[in-house]
Amino acid sequence: MRLGWVVAAFAALVLLLGVGLTLNPREVPSPLIGKPAPAFELPLLHAPDKTFSQKDMLGKVWVLNVWASWCPPCLVEHPVITALAQSRLAPVVGLNYKDARNDALPWLKRNGNPYEFSAFDATGRIGIDYGVYGVPETYVIDRRGVIRYKHIGPLTPEVSRKKVQPLLRELAREG
Amino acid sequence: MRASLAALALVAGLAAAQADPALEKRVAGLAHELRCLVCQNQTLAESNAPLAVDLRNQIREQLQGGASEQDVLDFMVARYGDFVLYRPPFKATTLALWLGPFLLLALGIAVLVRRLLRRRAPGPQLSDAERARAARLLE
Repeated sequence: MRLGWVVAAFAALVLLLGVGLTLNPREVPSPLIGKPAPAFELPLLHAPDKTFSQKDMLGKVWVLNVWASWCPPCLVEHPVITALAQSRLAPVVGLNYKDARNDALPWLKRNGNPYEFSAFDATGRIGIDYGVYGVPETYVIDRRGVIRYKHIGPLTPEVSRKKVQPLLRELAREG
Repeated sequence: MRASLAALALVAGLAAAQADPALEKRVAGLAHELRCLVCQNQTLAESNAPLAVDLRNQIREQLQGGASEQDVLDFMVARYGDFVLYRPPFKATTLALWLGPFLLLALGIAVLVRRLLRRRAPGPQLSDAERARAARLLE
């Protein structure tokens, strides 16, 4: 009887710690989900005299991908972002984060440019407004300009296929 | 380029520190209350990750702009969530976090008390006949 209790308590502890092990402590739930995408106006990476604002995308479902040439995981996820852009489910806009044009432009030339365009956030101030802390990060934003999903770290083919693409299809249907 | 910018920021930071020690004290106080999201077990004050430097500068800027301590904390929570606070708020989702240890303590005390009471419980009482027999045997 007493042994039963000890075994039960031990099993409960193992279960609790086991579940804890499968969680990713880096995945901090973003308070931005369901909130309007923070406002900004930034120069374009390719054309410093032109600007982009999140307002320009109102009425469209779109993907914002935070990247930098100095960020190795960005290179890892690059083929996934490229495939997502080629799927034509939604326009993919880049937010070039704390980068230098002299580094970022050759990086795109070398690895291909999947972005409609990239906004140039040299100081990272807009990154703070979007709660960026681990580049790359990917946001799905709906027609009303509300953030519906955020992925921290490199987008994997699995997350792209199982989470991002179904969500983009669903948001497109929402109208 | 980035290194020289960082050096510039450092020099600017040192200059600011000399300019206004009271402000720097407030910045440091807030930085100790906030988590660095890059190296999650450090505060913003302890971390030298680029994001921590940016966020410390952000704190300084906001305090200089007249923001209160609570304004800065609200700003950070709005962007990074409660996780950014080293002292999480007491609310429905954090009940287990705040009350869990006390529940475990209460459970432990309850088990201990039960065991002690059981140990002190008197053994089986002997009848007069049994007492007499025991006395005979002990003689």
